[in-house]
Amino acid sequence: MIDFVGKKRWFFLISEIFVVIGIISLVISQIQLEAPLRLGTDFAGGTSMTLQFSPAVEQNQLREEMAKLGYAEATIQKAGEGNFIIHIGEITSAEAEELTEKLGAELDSQVEIIDYYLVSETVAAKTARNAVIAIIIAAVAMMFYIVWAFRRMPKPFRWGTCAIIALIHDVFIIVGIFSILGWLAGVEINALFITGLLAVVGYSINNTVVIFDRIRENVSRHISPDFAVIVNSSIVETLGRSLNTSLTTLVVILALFLFGGATIHYFVLVLLLGAIIGTYSSICISSQLLVVWEKREWRALLPSAKRTT
Amino acid sequence: MRSRNIYLLIFILALFGFALWSIVPLDRNVFGREGLRLGLDLKGGIYLVYQADTSDIEPGTEDEAMRGVKDVIEMRIDALGITESTVRIQEYGGKYSIAIEIPGIADIERAKEMVGLFTVLEFREQDAEGNWIPATGTVNGEELTLTSRYFKENTYVTVGQLGSPLLIFEWDETGQELSPQITSRLIGKQLAIYLGDEPLRGEDGHPIAPVVRETINDRGQIEGLSLTDAQELSRLLNAGRIDVPLGKWVDGEFKPNISLYEWKVDATLGEDSIQKSIIAAGIGIVLLLLFMLVYYRLPGLVACLSLGVYGVVLLAIFKLVPVTLTLPGVAGFILSLGMAVDANVLIFERMKEELRAGRSLGAAVEAGFNRAWTAIRDSNITTFIACLVLIWLGSELGARMVSGFAITLLIGVALSMFTAIVVTRTFLRLIIGSRAVKNLAAYGVTPVQTVRNTK
Repeated sequence: MIDFVGKKRWFFLISEIFVVIGIISLVISQIQLEAPLRLGTDFAGGTSMTLQFSPAVEQNQLREEMAKLGYAEATIQKAGEGNFIIHIGEITSAEAEELTEKLGAELDSQVEIIDYYLVSETVAAKTARNAVIAIIIAAVAMMFYIVWAFRRMPKPFRWGTCAIIALIHDVFIIVGIFSILGWLAGVEINALFITGLLAVVGYSINNTVVIFDRIRENVSRHISPDFAVIVNSSIVETLGRSLNTSLTTLVVILALFLFGGATIHYFVLVLLLGAIIGTYSSICISSQLLVVWEKREWRALLPSAKRTT
Repeated sequence: MRSRNIYLLIFILALFGFALWSIVPLDRNVFGREGLRLGLDLKGGIYLVYQADTSDIEPGTEDEAMRGVKDVIEMRIDALGITESTVRIQEYGGKYSIAIEIPGIADIERAKEMVGLFTVLEFREQDAEGNWIPATGTVNGEELTLTSRYFKENTYVTVGQLGSPLLIFEWDETGQELSPQITSRLIGKQLAIYLGDEPLRGEDGHPIAPVVRETINDRGQIEGLSLTDAQELSRLLNAGRIDVPLGKWVDGEFKPNISLYEWKVDATLGEDSIQKSIIAAGIGIVLLLLFMLVYYRLPGLVACLSLGVYGVVLLAIFKLVPVTLTLPGVAGFILSLGMAVDANVLIFERMKEELRAGRSLGAAVEAGFNRAWTAIRDSNITTFIACLVLIWLGSELGARMVSGFAITLLIGVALSMFTAIVVTRTFLRLIIGSRAVKNLAAYGVTPVQTVRNTK
């Protein structure tokens, strides 16, 4: 039997490393972009357009031309062959037409605006606030649900808290990765990013609940006096299920990621990362936290050189 | 028990048959629904949001005024033969706003013109060259154009003695001064009604321009309109009494004609997205089915069948409700397929455990379902919570793409619970009950070796 519980210090260490990298990236981003993540049109306001160039042009050329036209601050993302998503300050659709005409003439290419999107700053600020509220509401609601679902267990609050910590862990790692993508590759986050995060939250909790459910069952069957043993056999018993569902979900998400449209590329990336990290945290983090709490082995959470099991 | 399974099977088959009938072919008219309703990102079109300046409107009557604005805008879009457009009144930041979605139109400037940022009807007369110019009169030394502003709010349609509809109207104080000046010089001539620069047209496409029979002082009637035209016009006249400028508020200051939110998608991008989604969904589904068949064998096949039921019923729901499909919505649909398998996997894994523990097939199936139920319930409810929060977020302006995903995922997950618990279970019970397949290898389990005392 694989000892998932015994290796908990390693799992915690791996997660802690990821979280620290995430925090560093958020700080770098805050310094460079004045925001922990590169905010897209939904959250920062402005105009975002998908431009289709035929023949295709290079991203560098486009960036130079945009700078010449006074849009040095523009965020430019490549979105498929000859397509670019650019995000600039608020300009009207008439001004946008003018801009693309100039771009087309300078770059000697046919340009078409295939997607034009304008969000006023007032709307954007409210959306950003709502997105944060949405994540908090979702997390709190789920915690209460788990506390309720495990109400017959001793200390149901503990189960809810452990599940939520695993969930925050997942969200934090994904946010960290997108923060890195933000200052490294100009990837912006939009309302769909939050959507993906919440879907991940649902999915990750889903996995955790299945394992918790088995622990609940095994506790009532008294299969061992040692809580750590009960937890470990619960993880192992549900391992087939955990890996198989993750696999079926990953298969469809991967198909979407590789063959789906560019519009939802990064949205699907959130789902993809979420499925992987969510599976990891449900197998390697959430139940181990329960054991740590039960046995009061708080030192296991600290990355110390002295390792005792 | 047996007969209950048969009834359930009949129910499932009937549901499946009905769903299949309603979606094949997809564009056949079923209960007034044709094809799937596609969102802007898949079909192309324009979405505009304006805030309204209601400062000139009497407090308490804003709702009514906004309904009038909505009517006028809808009228104008309908007049261009565009169906499926939606105009909604929203409250945004304590201000009334109006959200307009027009599918299938590419030119954003034209759409804005069409929406027209005014709601007041204007009356026009022909000059010597035959051009339509505003019909004006003088009130208190000021030259004013006769518009729908000067009607009282009690315009209505009645049926005259000859059975033809009559539109009855009354002027307010200013109207009572303007109307006699204008109508007296136009006797025997036409008076046209304009919305912006477009004449108001009747059902038959001809401009509505009644001939003035006599001088109209304080009240009058328009004859010869069709009933629909008369009702439409009376609605517009009542709505057009108040001018509600559309634009946006910036720091308490109103900027007319500037939109709060604009979104335009080219139809080609939408088509491209549809194609890519279909390919992605196809590949995903095939891999999913293969995995289930290879790994779980007979129960896997059963799961594939119930997944088939799931897919068909879900499409039928999308078509008949109808659910507006967006690109993230399609992602939600595909994701829900992956998650739909989850409940089956939970049950089958449990079944395998029970079989390995030496239980009989029937007992293993029942135990598999019963024990997996709490896990299925608890885990799906967390997804529901996420979806509900997302639907709330999506109802807010800046997050329009969000609700499509949440709604499809919500419906998908709910339906997946049903297919796993009812459909898969019924199929499996019937197969086991019929004793058709008894070999445990067909269930992906190596037969248990048992040791007994020899007798």
